[in-house]
Amino acid sequence: MRELDNMTVKSDKKAGCDPRDDSFDLKKTTLRVFRTNTAQGKDSHFDSLVVPVQRWTTVLDSLLYAKSYLDSSIGIRYSCRMASCGSCGMKINGIPRLACYTKISELEDPVVVCEPLPNFPVIRDLVTDFTQFFNHHKSINPYIQNLNYDKTEKIDEVSSSHSHRQSREEVDKYLQFSYCIKCGLCYSACPTVATDTKFPGPQALAQLYRYYADSRDAGKNRLNIVDDRHGLWRCHFAGSCSKVCPKGVDPALGIQLLRSYMLGISKDKRNV
Amino acid sequence: MNGISKLALKESQIMKIHYITGILALFVVAVHILMRLVVPYSSSLEYAHVIANYHNIFYAILLESILVLISIHGFNGVRVILLELRQSKIWENSVTITTIIAMIVLVSYGTRTIILANGLGL
Ligand code: SF4
Ligand code: FES
Repeated sequence: MRELDNMTVKSDKKAGCDPRDDSFDLKKTTLRVFRTNTAQGKDSHFDSLVVPVQRWTTVLDSLLYAKSYLDSSIGIRYSCRMASCGSCGMKINGIPRLACYTKISELEDPVVVCEPLPNFPVIRDLVTDFTQFFNHHKSINPYIQNLNYDKTEKIDEVSSSHSHRQSREEVDKYLQFSYCIKCGLCYSACPTVATDTKFPGPQALAQLYRYYADSRDAGKNRLNIVDDRHGLWRCHFAGSCSKVCPKGVDPALGIQLLRSYMLGISKDKRNV
Repeated sequence: MNGISKLALKESQIMKIHYITGILALFVVAVHILMRLVVPYSSSLEYAHVIANYHNIFYAILLESILVLISIHGFNGVRVILLELRQSKIWENSVTITTIIAMIVLVSYGTRTIILANGLGL
């Protein structure tokens, strides 16, 4: 067993990865963390914390280091640590990003500034309130609506077996939009959301397109939900939503495709 | 109020009108500018030339369409900008009604000028 231990340490050293090794290249970086507590009415300020970083250290890793060893009161929200749950969104060096998906080394800045996501009410420190964002998401009925599922009589071969098979082309029409993890980065980058709280935002609109373009869906009334004064038409096509999305979704494209349907320019749901 | 809301257009219909008027306005304004260039530019703005333009019925129709298209497109643009400033039913309805009234006033006044200059109103 002892031999095995030695072997592991040895091989780690060989790869230059063992943090216990004195020669290991451990850099330091300064985190500037936004601090506030709205419930207690405290003034906001930034705290500077020096943390060790390695090549692969993410912003979330360093915030958790700071929380564990320097200041346990820092408020952060996170869960999966692998860009899947969408809970660790924050503004990092001026751009909305996922803290678990942003390596400090790729920021190429000795100071990392962490702030809460813009366009969201702040609860505490880096934790924001997603209630309005989720309400917009729910308002577009983000699920497949198809009454044929409930019918027992035979309608056609597909619905009678209760399996709605789709061709590869049909899947391609909405696939990229289904990768959304509801992290809210696009919503926080949107200039229209910043001024118009009733605007559903890029996430909800892209999801509306996702269900509208799905061949299994029969919910035609969805479009009416966003066809109002603060709906689909208020997008200025800044495109910042698509730029910040960590999952490669292009909400701006979804919005433009929806518009082309509503204007009657496009009848065919294109592959995207 | 119920009657008014029945008359109200959907936002997609309003935006269709917005885009169509924008495209048509580009075309008629281009014709209007090109007409300045068929004679030397400074003489195209002389009093006699301008009045002659108004007396030409086709040119008067062109000016009227510029007036109507730009007014519809422009006032709807202003409405859209103002709608984003505040989110309340009272504000939204006031903005919509004010811009419609301003548009009607401008188009009426401009039409009156075109008719008078054309000579039909004399
Ligand atoms: S579209 Fe992208 S940025 Fe927007 S919520 Fe979904 S995953 Fe996040
Ligand atoms: S912790 Fe889940 S996305 Fe970052």
